[in-house]
Amino acid sequence: MLSFLIAEIPRLFTIYNVILLLKAALTTLSLSAVGCVVGLFCGFLLSLARLSQRPIFWPLKALALLYVEILRRVPFLITLMIFFFGAQVLGFNASALVIAFISTSVISTAFVAEIVRAGLRAVKPSQMEAAAVMNFSAWHTFWHVRLPQAWPLILPPVFSYFVLFIKDTALASQAGVLELTQAGKILNTKGFSASLVYATVLILYFIISYPLARFGSYLERRLGASRHSRPRRAV
Amino acid sequence: MAHLDIRGLVARYNNATVLDGIDLSIERGEIVSLIGPSGSGKSTLLRVISGLLPPRAGTVALAGETINYADRRSLRRSRDKLAIVFQQYNLFGNMNVLRNVMVAPVTIQKRDKKTVEAEACALLAKVGLADKLNAYPDELSGGQQQRVAIARALCLKPDILLLDEVTSALDPERVGEVLDTVKMLAADNMTLLIVSHEMGFVREVSHRVAFMADGKIQEMGPPAQIFGTPQQPRTQAFVSRILGH
Ligand SMILES: Nc1ncnc2c1ncn2[C@@H]1O[C@H](COP(=O)(O)OP(=O)(O)OP(=O)(O)O)[C@@H](O)[C@H]1O
Ligand SMILES: [Mg+2]
Repeated sequence: MLSFLIAEIPRLFTIYNVILLLKAALTTLSLSAVGCVVGLFCGFLLSLARLSQRPIFWPLKALALLYVEILRRVPFLITLMIFFFGAQVLGFNASALVIAFISTSVISTAFVAEIVRAGLRAVKPSQMEAAAVMNFSAWHTFWHVRLPQAWPLILPPVFSYFVLFIKDTALASQAGVLELTQAGKILNTKGFSASLVYATVLILYFIISYPLARFGSYLERRLGASRHSRPRRAV
Repeated sequence: MAHLDIRGLVARYNNATVLDGIDLSIERGEIVSLIGPSGSGKSTLLRVISGLLPPRAGTVALAGETINYADRRSLRRSRDKLAIVFQQYNLFGNMNVLRNVMVAPVTIQKRDKKTVEAEACALLAKVGLADKLNAYPDELSGGQQQRVAIARALCLKPDILLLDEVTSALDPERVGEVLDTVKMLAADNMTLLIVSHEMGFVREVSHRVAFMADGKIQEMGPPAQIFGTPQQPRTQAFVSRILGH
């Protein structure tokens, strides 16, 4: 059996198939990268909306709550399908890939927002009070006091989420996007043995997510050691 | 005109009335100490004055201007003039000692960085922390943190300084040093409102002492009166218990 698989290797890795796999890997990588970057940025803004105290932000706050709570509870696949068919119904002429970019970003935003909010909330209110009495503006308080103390609490879970998120982009294959999982399916349909094809796909996923996981644990160690952003536990 | 004028101040946490009509008037350069049992609302009074807890009734006027706690600009102006040393110090955990002292004067008051740094170092040296400039709050003892908090408040150059339990974490030797610092500040015409359990300190440093209980100032007078011939039975009981041991 094994010798049979080995014999199949040269047949699988033709230029055409390799290009297909690399293209697919690139799509997975960019879906993940865009999802992470947009998620971090928008998730941050969303968590700020959720933590704001001023009455004028209350409608925004309610929307943010709704967004986070719904998207974190609905299966990724459903969200994707809603976006996909929703776009069709509304007459948007977007490609499956564009929809996949949008929906994955929308989802990671919801998850990151929740992590960021938890981190910001863990900073003791008395720290913000000390700043307020010294006439810090809301922005100065956030930038000089709250954020530096929240970072070490936020980054490790955000990175472990991103590592999970990379594998979730596979669901875009359900919408016909040519990413790694979809490429695996295509090659399998073409008659290559499933074990060989999916082993290749697995290795490619690993190559994409491993550096991110390493970077995450590096940050965790660094932040843990750095006195500048050492978290203070609430008493 | 009183420097700090408090009239009929009422404050609540949820539905518990913690301050129940406080009247207190402090002249410029005067040192007033607040004493009273734990939970009598001393810290709460300082929180209300500094705008961390909005009063439910009554007024606070600073240098003749009544503070409108609902108005950011008014609150901002009043906070420009006062500084507070919290009972729990509340040093910024993400900043070292020097930066804790410098951050507000430089970033908020927009004073010259070099000048502020020199002042901050001098203040920290005065409170005996010249060798701790780069330490972080969680590397300091309670007494050291308290002294950083004092330096941080003084570096703001306030007209009025609110000190909450400023001697609680200090050893007797340091209490003496803080006492000297406080007297010097008063000589500089700074107005001080001090909460303290250290009766020796209070007696020595204060022009007047206010005894607080049940959210009210029960009795107020010069230290000699409060500690020697208290008029109210509650003051008598409190003072004799405190001085008794
Ligand atoms: N954040 C809060 N929420 C609700 N109740 C509070 C809060 N802070 C204080 N209190 C209550 O208000 C009352 C007065 O508290 P405060 O801290 O002003 O007392 P204190 O005189 O400073 O006491 P101590 O000498 O122990 O510092 C207490 O009964 C306390 O339980
Ligand atoms: Mg107190």
